[in-house]
Amino acid sequence: MRLVLREALNVFRRAPALSILSITTIAFSLYVVGLFGLVALNLREALRGVEQRVEVVAYLLRGTPPESIAQASEDIAAFPEVQRVTFVSEDEALTRARAELVEFRDAYRDLTVNPLPASLEIQLKDGSRDAVHAQLVAERLRGIGFIDDVRYGREWVEKLDRLRNIGGLVGMSIGLAFAAVAVVIIGVTIRITVLQRAREIAIMRLVGATRGFIRGPFLLEGALKGLLGGILAVIMCYVSYLLFRNQSELATSGIVFFKTPQMLLGILFGIAIGLGGSLVSVGRQLKNV
Amino acid sequence: MIRFTHVDKHYSKGAALKDVSLHIAKGEFVFLTGHSGAGKSTMLKMMFAELMPTSGDVRVSGFNVNEIRPREIAKLRRRLGIVFQDFRLLEDRTAEENVAFALEVTGAHRDVIPSKVMRVLTQVGLAAKSHAYPTELSGGEQQRVAIARALVNDPAILLADEPTGNLDERATRGVFQLIREINAGGTCVVMATHDLDLVKQATYRTVEMRDGMVVFDSGTDESTTEEEL
Repeated sequence: MRLVLREALNVFRRAPALSILSITTIAFSLYVVGLFGLVALNLREALRGVEQRVEVVAYLLRGTPPESIAQASEDIAAFPEVQRVTFVSEDEALTRARAELVEFRDAYRDLTVNPLPASLEIQLKDGSRDAVHAQLVAERLRGIGFIDDVRYGREWVEKLDRLRNIGGLVGMSIGLAFAAVAVVIIGVTIRITVLQRAREIAIMRLVGATRGFIRGPFLLEGALKGLLGGILAVIMCYVSYLLFRNQSELATSGIVFFKTPQMLLGILFGIAIGLGGSLVSVGRQLKNV
Repeated sequence: MIRFTHVDKHYSKGAALKDVSLHIAKGEFVFLTGHSGAGKSTMLKMMFAELMPTSGDVRVSGFNVNEIRPREIAKLRRRLGIVFQDFRLLEDRTAEENVAFALEVTGAHRDVIPSKVMRVLTQVGLAAKSHAYPTELSGGEQQRVAIARALVNDPAILLADEPTGNLDERATRGVFQLIREINAGGTCVVMATHDLDLVKQATYRTVEMRDGMVVFDSGTDESTTEEEL
């Protein structure tokens, strides 16, 4: 193992320019993946804020006894998708309308009879704030006798769903494309190293080194380059994040950076593509050396 | 030790070996002679499983080369020492490191490597130049390093493909003498050469190749049994 490590590290000593080139190309590939990751992460954070507002509102028939409402509230709160149920009385609804709907303030002021119904505002749990779950809850609510109507802003919940799916899909596709590019780049650099060391490999084979032993340093080299490229990419992403965050107009927008597990995952991803590139290249090249 | 039975080797451009049958016994010294392209190197390459026969049977040190698996090739080669005309040394390593490399890659224990390396470098007369890089050594000295590397794993067979081809007369004599001493120690030697002066210097068995065929074999003893293989 010591020899495998020594041989892998020797590559960096013997061909520093090539090593730096491959590490920086890996780093830049991962950096682009990282930037998309950051955008996706911040998009998700932003959508989460919007999602908080996804709720189902059940309008109640006038004259529903408070006991029935309390009982129904308890039952609805026990739905697996439901986080919280809030009762909004007719008076509260009017007060809110007067405060929020400024344009109709005059119309609401002169009312003698409150036209607004009481309602139950149902907030969904994290993970259930999508069109499918909202519709599911709405259908169950419609089965309750004193519930007159159920609204959950179906269209925009569905739009939000679509936006999130498209965002995720685009991010993942571009990320995968760049990861594939990184694999090819690592494969090419390992191939160059294999060709550079063809003489050494031929001698290793002549004196009876096993294939595994010959491959070991190349695989480790790929993994090390992936590791270094991954770390460099995380640093570059962080610098970009800092530069972005320090823009005065964005200072209050609350953009976020990767958490430690996500950074480690990125570095692991670097190691994985480094290893993948080496495996493909070494497998193909060593047959002929 | 080495047995070829009706071996043929065909390439797209033609036949490299035609119906070659040959037996080399343990501890024997055999010259393979012939012009370039006669088939000497092809035979040597089959002995260390770099090439497979198209038909026929090749057995070396208990291994059947026709059916050898990749993992077994490494095992076979650990029983062989191989020397080439162009030395095949690593330029960025000293004589000592070049020899040690053969032990390291075969998984020898670190503690035994320095003493083994020094033993073979002394044997080839290069102990004093163990820290020299190949470029600092003469051709003859470089070949001695290559021989030391071939010997360090205590091989049963030494295969030498034109080992004196790049050397001047004086260096040739020295390297040949060294190979003779190695053979005298019990190692079987198969040496391909087209240097007939060298062949005449000793009374070793000579196998002459021409157009892929054995046209002359001074060794006539075919009484060797299978157990010796």
